[in-house]
Amino acid sequence: MNDFAWLYDWPQYIPDLLPGLWVAIAMTCVSCLFGYVLGFFLALLVEAPSKLVSYSALVVVELGRGIPILVLLFLFYQGLPQLGVLLAPYPAAVAALTFSAAGYSSEMIRAGLGAVPKGQSEAANSLSMSVVDTYRFIVIPQAARISIPPLVNLTIIIFQATSLATVITVPEIMQQAGIIGSATFEYMSVYTAAAVLYLCITIPGAALSGYLEERMGTPKQRSKKQAIKALLPAAGKLRTAEERQLTN
Amino acid sequence: MFEIFAYIARGAGWTIVMTFGSAAIGIVLGLPLLVLAESKFALIRGIYNSIVHVIRGVPTLVWLFISFFGVGQLGITLSPVTASLLTLSIIATAYMSEIYRGGMKAIPAGQWEAAGALNLDRWSTLRFVIGPQLFRAVSPSVATQIIGLLKDSALVSTIGVADLVFRAGIMTQYHAHGLYMFGIAGAVYLLLSLPIAVFSRTVHTRITRRYAVA
Repeated sequence: MNDFAWLYDWPQYIPDLLPGLWVAIAMTCVSCLFGYVLGFFLALLVEAPSKLVSYSALVVVELGRGIPILVLLFLFYQGLPQLGVLLAPYPAAVAALTFSAAGYSSEMIRAGLGAVPKGQSEAANSLSMSVVDTYRFIVIPQAARISIPPLVNLTIIIFQATSLATVITVPEIMQQAGIIGSATFEYMSVYTAAAVLYLCITIPGAALSGYLEERMGTPKQRSKKQAIKALLPAAGKLRTAEERQLTN
Repeated sequence: MFEIFAYIARGAGWTIVMTFGSAAIGIVLGLPLLVLAESKFALIRGIYNSIVHVIRGVPTLVWLFISFFGVGQLGITLSPVTASLLTLSIIATAYMSEIYRGGMKAIPAGQWEAAGALNLDRWSTLRFVIGPQLFRAVSPSVATQIIGLLKDSALVSTIGVADLVFRAGIMTQYHAHGLYMFGIAGAVYLLLSLPIAVFSRTVHTRITRRYAVA
């Protein structure tokens, strides 16, 4: 057997793995969508004035963040039948990923909400805006600036975590790769193809999150000169006029 | 009941070995990689960047399967323990060196210039000026990364290392009651991550006190 064949024959397995990629992408979309909405409400609950509510929300968040996703997958797939709830592999995987995404995202969203100065919501309140309007028009747009870059990062992490769903027989990339591998014994080629497929999503994703971080993250400190320039749009023109006079 | 708990909890041994073994290797090997990351030559920085992106862009499970099934097919048979320790260490090294690189950015250029003005040689600059500040800057992220490794170490059960998840799975097959078995495993993971978090906080406050912000 040629030991180095895998270096060039891996692309032939990509078409067989593509259905798995769509499953992985679908799982990522569904669980991130639900997870981030859940995470947002958990973040609000953690900040709730009632100690009982805030602590129980915090427990849910810490369970989502602290338990490995693999354990969550087994809990939802092999644990819930104990309570009489039988989940098919796909919903069980989505539930586990959603739970994990909710835990991680709620901390990120909480950091974003916490970074909005209190005066903003107080000002909205004094304008007699409703609570929903305050969040919708004042707080969330400002918090999103801080929360979105880490959430994009988290989406990439969740996409990578979909690979774990193979242990509960969801037909995603690794499951397909395992089936092909055990039939052909070309494990190296098949898993290399799988790795390349993951990279096709994660590398553009990492670039996007880097771009967003630069674009939306905490604004850079401007020098005093730049700040004054921005405040007085005519300042530049005036100075050139002055200079012209001087040179004349 | 107690026997089941004891059986699963004994898996914590491999979990701890995997976590701290790879963390220790990553923390040490991440440092020399900084030389590549901060190199003067764009080519070396490019190579470093692409390696780190590839390592971090591919899921840990894929790396584990490549090093266990893939490398095994090439004629180098690694035991499950070796393969998983190797894989986790390489991934930990990539993450740690990125953390160090982020920490270097947090050190103001004035510190290097001041050390130069005091005629400190390169080694003393690194040891007495840059090192402590780097350590202070990165210690919280390193702790977070170690907790991440603790959770990643659960994956080694898929290639047959008898860690917490593996043993919980065996017990589920024997006795059913998956909720209890994996609940125990999950609880042990939470318990293991607590001391790491507490230890990192004490270390961080001690360093901050000792090397107060200039």
